[in-house]
Order: sequence, then C-alpha cells, then structure tokens
Amino acid sequence: MRSYSAPVWQMALKLGLIGGAVAALLALIGMVEVFNQRAIIGGVISMGQTFLGLAVLLSAYAAARRAGTQTRSTALLAGAVAGAAVGLVIGGLALLMAAWPDLRTILINASPTLLALLTFGQAAPVALAIWIVAGGLLGAATGALLLLTPAVRSAILAALGAVVLVGVLADLLRLITSAWGVIGQALRWMFAGRGLSVAGALVVAAVVVLIGVLRQRGLPKLQPAAGRRSPRQTLLSLAISLAILALLPPVLGTYMSEVLDQVGLYVLMGLGLNIVVGFAGLLDLGYVGFYAIGAYMMGLLTSPELGFFNLSWWAALPIVLAVTILSGVVLGIPVLKVRGDYLAIITLGFGEMIRYLALSNALDPYTGGPQGVQLIAKPTIGSFVFDDVTKLYYLLLAGCLLTGFIAIRLRDSRLGRAWMAMREDEDVAQAIGINLVSTKLLAFATGAAFAGLSGAIFAAKIGAAYPQSFHLLVSINVLALIIVGGMGSIPGVIVGALALVGLPELLREFAEFRLLVYGVVLVVMMLYRPEGLLPSEAARREMHEDENVTEESALAQPAEPAIQLERTAT
Amino acid sequence: MALLVARKVVKRFGGLTAVRDLDLDIEPKTIYSVIGPNGAGKTTFFNCITGFYQPEEGEILLDGQPLVGLPTDKITRLGIARTYQNIRLFANMTAIENAMVGLHPHLRTGVLGAIFRTPAARAEEAQATAEARRLLQFVGLAGKGDLIAKNLPYGLQRRLEVARALASRPKLLLLDEPTAGMNPREAEDMMHFIRRLRDELGITILLIEHHMRVVMGISEHITVLDYGEKIAEGAPREIQTNPRVIEAYLGRGGAAQQHGVLDAPAAAG
Repeated sequence: MRSYSAPVWQMALKLGLIGGAVAALLALIGMVEVFNQRAIIGGVISMGQTFLGLAVLLSAYAAARRAGTQTRSTALLAGAVAGAAVGLVIGGLALLMAAWPDLRTILINASPTLLALLTFGQAAPVALAIWIVAGGLLGAATGALLLLTPAVRSAILAALGAVVLVGVLADLLRLITSAWGVIGQALRWMFAGRGLSVAGALVVAAVVVLIGVLRQRGLPKLQPAAGRRSPRQTLLSLAISLAILALLPPVLGTYMSEVLDQVGLYVLMGLGLNIVVGFAGLLDLGYVGFYAIGAYMMGLLTSPELGFFNLSWWAALPIVLAVTILSGVVLGIPVLKVRGDYLAIITLGFGEMIRYLALSNALDPYTGGPQGVQLIAKPTIGSFVFDDVTKLYYLLLAGCLLTGFIAIRLRDSRLGRAWMAMREDEDVAQAIGINLVSTKLLAFATGAAFAGLSGAIFAAKIGAAYPQSFHLLVSINVLALIIVGGMGSIPGVIVGALALVGLPELLREFAEFRLLVYGVVLVVMMLYRPEGLLPSEAARREMHEDENVTEESALAQPAEPAIQLERTAT
Repeated sequence: MALLVARKVVKRFGGLTAVRDLDLDIEPKTIYSVIGPNGAGKTTFFNCITGFYQPEEGEILLDGQPLVGLPTDKITRLGIARTYQNIRLFANMTAIENAMVGLHPHLRTGVLGAIFRTPAARAEEAQATAEARRLLQFVGLAGKGDLIAKNLPYGLQRRLEVARALASRPKLLLLDEPTAGMNPREAEDMMHFIRRLRDELGITILLIEHHMRVVMGISEHITVLDYGEKIAEGAPREIQTNPRVIEAYLGRGGAAQQHGVLDAPAAAG
C-alpha cells in the first residue's frame, strides 16, 4: 500500500465526492426513482434509498481502508468525511433541483418524485443538512466496521448483504411461497409492502449470522481436512443436488421455471462456447449461428408448416446435431490459420451471415424468412409431452448434465490437454506433435453441437424459430457469462448464466437499466476479478502470476551469452 | 548413413540471407554442435529443420525422408524434438501436464474413448501418466509434477522443456542454447545431463550453444556458422585452432591473439 502524504481527510473527501457523483448520476438517470418502487424492508427502506446508502457505505469503506487502522480515529474520521461528502453531493443535488425546477427540461429524470425522495419531504436546505449528518454518521459507522474483528465484521456484512439480496427478491419470493399453501400462509409475516417486513429482515440476518457461526465452529468437523472427498461423499452430494434440482419447478412455480429454462439454454451454450474459448482459446463471436442452425434445422425437420419432413422431435434431434457439428467443421475450416482478433472478427461475420440467411428470401421456403418457422414439434416420451416450461426444465436439466459430463470428460483427457496446450502456445503445441487442424475442428464441432442442442430445445420451447431470436447479442451474452463465471471453468458457466441471464430476468421491471448494469458489472469484474467468479485452476494461475513466482524463474532472460566467449581470451 | 542430412539449405528474409548453402551430416548418436556469433543463422537453421520456417532452397532429410514442406507436427512425429532459446513451456499447466502434452502423438484416445472413459482409454491414460512421471524423474523433476511450469526455477524449466521434448520419443533432439542464463555450475550440470541423454537414451543431439566450455566439452563434431555460411567444421580441437573461426568471433584485429580464444578448459578434454 502506498502511503498518503496528503492528509487523510483530503483523500476521504475525494473518495466521498466521487461516490456522491456516482450516486447523483444514478439518481439523474432515473435509476433511484425506478428502484424506489420496490422496498428492501417494507415501510422502512426502499431499494432506491438502499442505492444511495450503498454509495455512502462503499465510499466510506474505501476511505477507511486507505486511511488504515493504526489509530481508531483515522478510520472513523475518514469514514465520516467520505460519508458526509457523499451526503453533501446528494443533498446538493436536491438543493439544485429545488432551486431550479427547469433542470428537468435538460435532465428529464430530475422529477418532483425524485426531489421528494431526496429531500424526505423536507425543505431542501434541511434535507442537505440531514444528508450531511446522516452520511457522516453512516460513514463513521462504516469506518468503525474496520475496527471490529474480521469474524464480527464479515458476519455483519454478510447479514446486511443477505437482507438486501432477499429484500430485492422479496416480491418474487412472496409470489413463489404464496403457491405453497399452508407454508406460504405461514411465511406471510416475512413480507411487507414490496419488500421484507422488519421481522422478516431480522430473521434473515439472524439466519445468516447463525450459519456463519456454525460454519466456523461446527462444519469443519463434518468435512475431512484433506481437500479430496471420498467417492461416496461425492456421490451423495451429487444425489442430493440432483434431487434439489429435480424439485425446483414444482416448488418455484411457472415463472421461475421459465427463468430457469432461460438459464438452462444459456448454460448449454456456455458449456459449448467454453470449450471453444475457454479450453481451446479460440475467440468465437459468431457462436449464436450454431444456436440458430439448431433451431432452424429442428423447424425444417419437424414443422408441418414447411411441409418437408414432419419428423418427431426425437427423430430429428440426431440429424440436427449432425448438421450443427458439420456446420462447426465447415465454418472452422476457413479460420484454421487465423488467430486472436482476426478470428473474432471473422466468426462475428459468420454469425451475422447465418442470421441474414435465415432472413433472406432465397431461403424463404426452408426458413420462413422474416416470419420464421412455426409449429415446431415438442419432444414427447410416450404420452408425456414436454409442452410447458416446467416440463421442458427437465429436458434442459438432462441436456446440461449430459453436456457438462461430456465437457468434463473431454477436458480431463488427452484432447483437453491438447486444447489447453494450444491455448497457451499454438506454435509450440503444433511443434510438440499436436495436429492443429483436427484439434481446432474438434473444439469447433463440440461447441457447435452443444449450441445445436440448445437451439433444438429452444425451438421446442417456443414452438417456433424467428430470425430476431438469433441476434449478435446472444453470442455476446454467452461470451460474457463465460468471462464472468470464469474462463474455462465448468461450474463458472452455471454461475455466470445465473448471474447474467437469471438475475436480469428476476429484475425485469428494471430492464431499461439492464445493459448499464451489465456493462458496469463487466468493467468491475475485469478490473477486480479478471479470473471470474469461479475460476478454473489454469485461469487462477494465469491471473495471479505475480504471487508465487520463485526468484530464479524471474531471471528467465539469458544473460548475454556471447560475451563470455571474448572474456576467455588471455 | 547420417541420421540428418542438410543439402544446400538457403533461407532468406527479404534481402537478407540468414542461411546460405548449408550442408550438414549428423551421424546417429553423436553430439553435434552448431556455433557462431549472434545472428549467424543458427536458430534459423533449427527452425528450418523443425518446420517453423520453410527454406527457399535445398533439402533436409531425416533417415532419408525429406522434411522440407512438412508442418511442425509431422516432423515431430517423424522423430525430431526441440527446445527453445527462450523457454516456451505451457506456462500455466503443471509440469506433468507439460510432459503429457509431449506424449500426445503417441496416444490415440479419441472423442468417444474420452467421453466414455473406456478401459482402453483408462489404461492408456494411466500408462501416459506413468511415463510422464518417469520422464520427470529422468530429468530431475521427481516429485515436482504438480507444480505449475512457470513457478519452477529457471534451471528446472529448462529441464522440463527437455522432458517434454523427450516425451515425443525423438531420434534427434535439438537443443537451442540449453545453458543460456546459467551460472558455470548449472551449465556444468546441464552438460552432464546432455551427455546422459545420448549415452542412456541413445538420442542424437544437435546443439546450439554459446558457452564454449560446454561446446568443447561435450561435442563430437562442430559446425561454425557466420553470416549464415558454414566457415568451419570438424572436431573440437580443429575448431579451436581454426583461424577463420577465431576471426569470426573476434574480428580481424583480434586474430592476433589467436591462442586460447576458443580453448576448452583442460578438464573438459
């Protein structure tokens, strides 16, 4: 850590002003107001207020961290100054809005509602004072957090985080639990307004703290000290997770099943692209093309509307997969010699080409052109038809398990090693005897097959395939979820899909800010956790090279060998 | 018959001729060195043999089989392996993974074998792991298989690169400055190690080296390049006294102090 020659309060003021500016910006783009419709704790604190509070908290925390904790007063002072500075900016914004109502002609979100929210219904100067004092107090409290022991601090932060998270999802949780009959009735006291009730919030906090205490005391005994678990334990935990996964749709209801289906489609694609990008290091931006080919092939083979084949979904599936694998190979051949950025640009073009082909008049009889293909068959097993989201969930679950299994097996084989070697150094990999052509094509083909399966299920899910479903943004989403989850990491794909596909679905009403949040999340991730949420071993090694490098290997540069020759002269 | 034969090899980069009309015959089980001042074309010649570069003229034969025009992986499969002047390991993979990648051309598990983990695939994988472990032990990396390549000390990284090259079971091993950046003691160790490769594994060694102590100590045959051309060839003794070689290394003015410039240390005879 570098030491700050400037006084602590100056640094804290700077951080506070930055935090305040961010909060003011969020308010002025309308985010605070929109989020205010939902409560974290009903009647006590809304989501919008939580946002502003978070600005105080984060600025104060950063300031207190930098100030250090040598003396109690520096952390408290830094926190208080930063918090007050955030309050000053927000209160100042309120003052500005009150004094100059015409501001709204420029910044349309500077509405009276926002003003009321920012001033607590008081006169603006009073509100400014409240903001500064409240910000300072909250900031000082945040600074005080640093003076606590790590265990207590993490317990408090976890409890706060959990309350906010559960509060954000409270609306949905109430919807889900209301379908549970008696249990739902019994849980009603936990919710108030569009958030948690005070009692509910307290219970959530207590449960989180309790779990934390248990994990520190009790659980280590349950798990053996060695990292490896016995096969029986692995099997048991697998069976339990499977049982939980199988129970999700009836427990969570239709809406959540729809969200999970969406996540499942992206997990399938993510697992496939993870092989191409994560394992083999081939940056493919046209991945949506294979998803489209899978969906359209399913349409071509099963839709009576086009009237070519009328196969059943299951009969068509092997053909669909064969065609997507073939398309993976065919699109792979021209890019065999191309690397990095160039590969990305060319594959980007491929993806767009496929979408335009689907739209084109030339292929109209086969793809339905802009109208797309309707009446695509649903998968059936006996008399069981996968005709709604809760049923399709099981098909997707099976698909994800199968592809996940295949991905793991391939990763741990000779082929996986060849992919990783190729990612590390393509020339050396080839010089070691790896056939780049077959190794690359295998990666493209496997990735394409997974996307084809995803496309086939997607087609069955909506019963149709439309060109606009296969936009470039799908490719980017899949790539982003791999990056956020952790490049090359299979659990990372699932976490990434839940975070980037599942979470936004749950926060639908804030859809207009979705891309903003998405962008911010990606930037923050790349700056502070480039290896992803659940990184693979290799990615962790790569991103943290500075950590455990031995002294000798730092001297990897040869030391002017030729000179030694002349020195031997007598 | 010579294991590796090069005839009139020419490699140009634009107007610059990096290797000019090079002839070379490497007998089986020899330790053969190519030396020369910086920029003499030694590494370029290595890259021509291994398929990284395509020479404009001439031919290179391994056991009578032409190599020019083949991709690097084919050449490796024919029995040539190499190391690199600036170590090029798969830095984020473990030591044993690096060695196992080297075994790649000798394994045949395919997609289905990998997915279903067939008995054949399992047996092959177990064998490969055992062989990789043996290789690591041979090069002095016993027990270090699970370390990440880039975290190994410099000397061991060089050793691991050799292990990876050995994994492809080469007839001819090309070592590009294996002692670069090493202190005299480490270089001495490397010298013994190279000799073991030949004596114990029967591999022919082609070496680029700047440490004269090493070159004169272990080579049976030396070719000297200067500006891409062969200026001398022969046993270490002949090379040490060759006036053209001394001139190439020291320039015309230095030629006066002929004696001792390229002397091998007495111990190395």
